[in-house]
Amino acid sequence: MKNLHRGRQSVLFDDRPAILAHSAVGGKREGAGPLRRYFDYTSDDTKFGQPSWEKAESFLQELALEKARHKAGLQNSDFDVLFAGDLLNQCISSSFAVRGTRIPFLGLYGACSTMAESLTLAASAVNAGYARRAVALTSSHFASAERQYRYPLGYGGQRTPTAQWTVTGAGCCILGHSDAAPWIECATIGKIVDLGIKDANNMGAAMAPAAYDTLRTHFDDLSVAPGDYDLIVTGDLGELGKEIVLDLFRRDGVSIGGVYNDCGTMIFDLQKQDVHAGGSGCGCGASVLCGYLLSQMKMEKIKSLLFCATGALMSPVSTWQGESIPAICHAVSIQARGR
Amino acid sequence: MEYLRAFLLGGLICAVGQLLLDKTKLTPARILVAYVVAGVILGGAGVYQHLIDWGGAGATVPLTGFGFILAKGVREAVEEQGLLGVMTGGLKAASGGITAAVLFGVLAALIFRPKDKS
Repeated sequence: MKNLHRGRQSVLFDDRPAILAHSAVGGKREGAGPLRRYFDYTSDDTKFGQPSWEKAESFLQELALEKARHKAGLQNSDFDVLFAGDLLNQCISSSFAVRGTRIPFLGLYGACSTMAESLTLAASAVNAGYARRAVALTSSHFASAERQYRYPLGYGGQRTPTAQWTVTGAGCCILGHSDAAPWIECATIGKIVDLGIKDANNMGAAMAPAAYDTLRTHFDDLSVAPGDYDLIVTGDLGELGKEIVLDLFRRDGVSIGGVYNDCGTMIFDLQKQDVHAGGSGCGCGASVLCGYLLSQMKMEKIKSLLFCATGALMSPVSTWQGESIPAICHAVSIQARGR
Repeated sequence: MEYLRAFLLGGLICAVGQLLLDKTKLTPARILVAYVVAGVILGGAGVYQHLIDWGGAGATVPLTGFGFILAKGVREAVEEQGLLGVMTGGLKAASGGITAAVLFGVLAALIFRPKDKS
């Protein structure tokens, strides 16, 4: 049996599963942001013609899957497995989105790390030969997330300055075998990091140490340096969390500033769009990856990308009970260079 | 002048709430409850009546005013019917405000749909 495990937490995909197609869909605010051109679809109606926010989020996933499938020229029956997850109780956005497709489905909960988690699992399945083609899919919606984690919009509660703005959006990647870039090279599976932060309005600070931990481990496990990547992005740390990550590396004497960015600060114009500390949610990392970043890779403007989606794994109940926020980060290395 | 005083006092009470929201980790629900309790305590201690005498609606409309009404109702009911007033006085005095809150809440929910702020 070949051993593809590397170091403590990393896996190597020796067959380099390819991203056959990718798509990103977003809401009104995302469609007004700096990355608007890279979305396959945005709507001014944040309910997307649906009667509830939850149905709207589910529709986002359906739409993302359909767009990606269409680009790949494939049918639902061509997919051997689909990995998807979201932020709502029991992951209803995902299961309701997939229920009509008859695609074998594995539901995930990784909070906002879901895009990296689903990509890692889909790449593993394709690399191992368990699936010829696998789908990674996730979404979030501002209004449904507010109801899930804070207050329903009708309550009219105020937001604190460190609160991030949940992205209304979804991203989908179809993985399979292909000679065309981009390919998934390796991944580092994160472990839970919890430094005792309890403020659910300051998730960037709670998740930054997890991102740092996974990045460090990734560099050690695979003997790579930050400079080996054209771009390293975290999923949704926002302005505050991004600063913390830079700080933690500075303390180690490692400079990553030149190649590091955070999707939460890329998707919105933080000055002009009243989003406080930046974007968050599964849809943040997912839509930036599946829209902007992978398009840049296709054009070979980015040849080597480390995508590190970060997740805060608390629930409303654990917050009410005074628990701190367990955080996680998974890193996926995506390459447009041939070997 | 009366309006200006109401504006100043009401604004001050709300500004304290905004500071608590921005500078502390208190959730909105806790701040609201703290305001009611503060109103009860200040009302019971007789301080809040002075604020109302000075600022009128600036003191009665914020949530501390609701706490004040509860305390005042209890005191009056205790004077009329003895200790049982502790149980009945508060809600009786506040019944107008509570009914209005429920009624207008239902009306607003019927007429308006919450929207994603954009």
